Amino acid sequence: MAIDLPTVWAGIIAFAVLAYVVLDGFDLGVGILFPFFPERQNRDLMTNSIAPVWDGNETWLVLGGGGLMAVFPVVYATVLPALYMPIIMMLLGLVFRGVAFEFRWRTARGSIYWDVGFWLGSTIAAFTQGLAVGALVQGITIVDNAYAGGWWDWLTPFTIITGLAVTIGYALLGATWLNLKTTGELQARSRRLAMATGVITLGLIGVVSLWSPFINENYFNRWFGWPTAFFSAFVPVMLAGCAFALWHGLTTDKHLQPFLAALGLFVLSFVGLGISFYPYIVPGALTIAEAAAPESSLIFLLVGASVLIPVILAYTGYAYWVFRGKIDPDEGYH
Amino acid sequence: MDFGQSAELLARIQFAFTVSFHFIFPAFSIGTASYLAVLNGLWLWKRDPAYLKLFEYWKTIFAVTFGMGVVSGIVMSYQFGTNWSVFSERAGAVIGPLMGYEVLTAFFLEAGFLGIALFGRKRVGDTLHMVAVVVVAVGTLISATWILSVNSWMHTPQGFSIDANGNFVPEDWWAIVFNPSFPYRLVHTVLAAFLTTAFAVGAVGAWHLLKDRTNRQARIMFSMAMWMAAIVTPMQILAGDMHGLNTLEYQPAKIAAMEGHYESHPEGAPLILFGIPNEDEQRIDYAIEIPKLSSLILKHDLNAPLDGLDAFPEDARPPVTIPFFAFRIMVGIGFAMLFVGLWSLWARWRKNIYTNTWLHKAALVMGPSGFVAVLAGWFTTEVGRQPFTVYGLMRTSESLSPVEAPAVGASLVAFVVVYFLVFGAGVFYLFRLFRRPPILEEDHELDKGPHRAAGINPGPAQEDTIREGAHHHGD
Repeated sequence: MAIDLPTVWAGIIAFAVLAYVVLDGFDLGVGILFPFFPERQNRDLMTNSIAPVWDGNETWLVLGGGGLMAVFPVVYATVLPALYMPIIMMLLGLVFRGVAFEFRWRTARGSIYWDVGFWLGSTIAAFTQGLAVGALVQGITIVDNAYAGGWWDWLTPFTIITGLAVTIGYALLGATWLNLKTTGELQARSRRLAMATGVITLGLIGVVSLWSPFINENYFNRWFGWPTAFFSAFVPVMLAGCAFALWHGLTTDKHLQPFLAALGLFVLSFVGLGISFYPYIVPGALTIAEAAAPESSLIFLLVGASVLIPVILAYTGYAYWVFRGKIDPDEGYH
Repeated sequence: MDFGQSAELLARIQFAFTVSFHFIFPAFSIGTASYLAVLNGLWLWKRDPAYLKLFEYWKTIFAVTFGMGVVSGIVMSYQFGTNWSVFSERAGAVIGPLMGYEVLTAFFLEAGFLGIALFGRKRVGDTLHMVAVVVVAVGTLISATWILSVNSWMHTPQGFSIDANGNFVPEDWWAIVFNPSFPYRLVHTVLAAFLTTAFAVGAVGAWHLLKDRTNRQARIMFSMAMWMAAIVTPMQILAGDMHGLNTLEYQPAKIAAMEGHYESHPEGAPLILFGIPNEDEQRIDYAIEIPKLSSLILKHDLNAPLDGLDAFPEDARPPVTIPFFAFRIMVGIGFAMLFVGLWSLWARWRKNIYTNTWLHKAALVMGPSGFVAVLAGWFTTEVGRQPFTVYGLMRTSESLSPVEAPAVGASLVAFVVVYFLVFGAGVFYLFRLFRRPPILEEDHELDKGPHRAAGINPGPAQEDTIREGAHHHGD
């Protein structure tokens, strides 16, 4: 049996996007939570908890974008113009938070402004990513392989809800990360925030899950038609399991379990999107097979990716291992 | 139609603006990463605390620069899709995999080991820390390799076919990656990055020598930078000359624009040292020329014929003004660098390299020269490629996204405001870091003699004291 290269690549791109979402998700979440930690010392600890790893986390976004251009150029060339404004806002948000992070250590008087920049940049990046997902779910107007809609099509009540869902969800990831990495009062506050953002996240996942089948008939059949519903049902069941693990971990003061449970919520939501989308890569407009680049491109990059992605995962894991454990307040990284 | 043209112009301005800002940071971080690897290696080898101090000094500067390079680079990777989607769709199958390899082989490597290189010395020990520092440096070079392969392919495309939809289909990856201008462009750009760093380091060293000639760390960094200037500048001039010959072979119209030759010269072309291009009249006003020299440089023959822009169809001629001036700025800076490098050799021989105030002042003035030269070179080559995105095959006007001009205009304004705010602040903080003298702790101890207690030496500003205290925890 020949390998279906476009599907393999769709899987790799999906993996890169998921890796980005959960990894940069927690460090964006730390930024989103800044207003709840007004004390300078806490903010120093929070930024130090992500200082050694945020850069690697953000690289997955470049792999997602660059990979898309390489193996699904039509998708890259139609989705990005369709999401022009959210993408530009996301990039500017990422610019702000990426430097704010470094600059806040370089000044005493000005650090409050960079703290605001870090919070605002993180929040805007998260919200616009949610808008982008929502816009993709609701569909993009494509005629003759080119974007044919207006430049405000992405803004609807549905996309605002998905924007909020991703923002609060990232805050949950950030709170459970801080619960994992910190001690004392900072950790206690993170735990309370994780509980609150966990409840809201689950509520918003519910709203989006119930709303989206009514946007597109394909989604409806996938989730409620027979026999696919039988297989799709494992997603909500496992979501319930993760929700329980999150609640249980937080109430019994576990450190790693809530973070893993929050990651689980994201992974399952992402799988849910995949179930809705497949075999489309842009719902209703382009299938994975239609959008694929010539085989020579798929093979050329796959040769490297199949070796390099495991290597990347290995040394990224090592880098996390080096900086494992609770943040020592006396051992800052700046 | 007018609407479409303004969207194209705005998109071009936006791309030129964001890529110029971005390019400054890798041009500096490529050289700095290698410099850090050398300093850390010297520290491990000689166990001389001066090298450790210099490593820590430049490490902080590298961290700030690298952060700015990362965020401005992410913008670039998405701008191909937002503003140049037709180009992305048609050429994506060729250039996308090269950029994919850049991410897989370089970005992850740099990002994965950066944390350890910056903050991990105590946690992983000297050997693994050294490995991380070297890996980061190698990562920056691998990154340059792929991105220059992409860029070179856009100048000298080969190894593809074009399908019924007008899309580029890769046929021979070896030919695509190692396209004709790639080796020259790579060498020229990497040497430029090393020189940029050398002159920045040299200027910081010179500044501190002007304040205190006895500062050993300042002496070391000045000396290392001047060795680089003296050795690499001649190599760079040679590489630039070879790159020029390659451009003449594959992009002769660009050479004509750079040299300012509107007309063909069948019996030997003069070198136009200076003048003012007059695009309307298609000539160079107030030209100062040296007869036959252009033919001698480009073809090694005084009487060799050289094509001017009139030899090319009117709709395939690049604009002259920008490549003409940018090229002269780049070359002028190159020779100024050579002069400083040779001067430093002379000073070394005369044994006054650490006391020659004029040399230090010259090095200080030359501090930003590498950045200016790099940008000038970039403008020369990129504007010289116009009116094409893929040279000879795909026009810039055909590459644009179907995005409306107001959207491009609004985002351009947003980029300008945010970039000036953010990177302006970044440059401000960098200068503040440069201003700190690279002094060892034991030097500080010496300073704490009675004269300090008498209050003659004012301490650093209040807010710096606070932050310095915070930093030392991490060291």
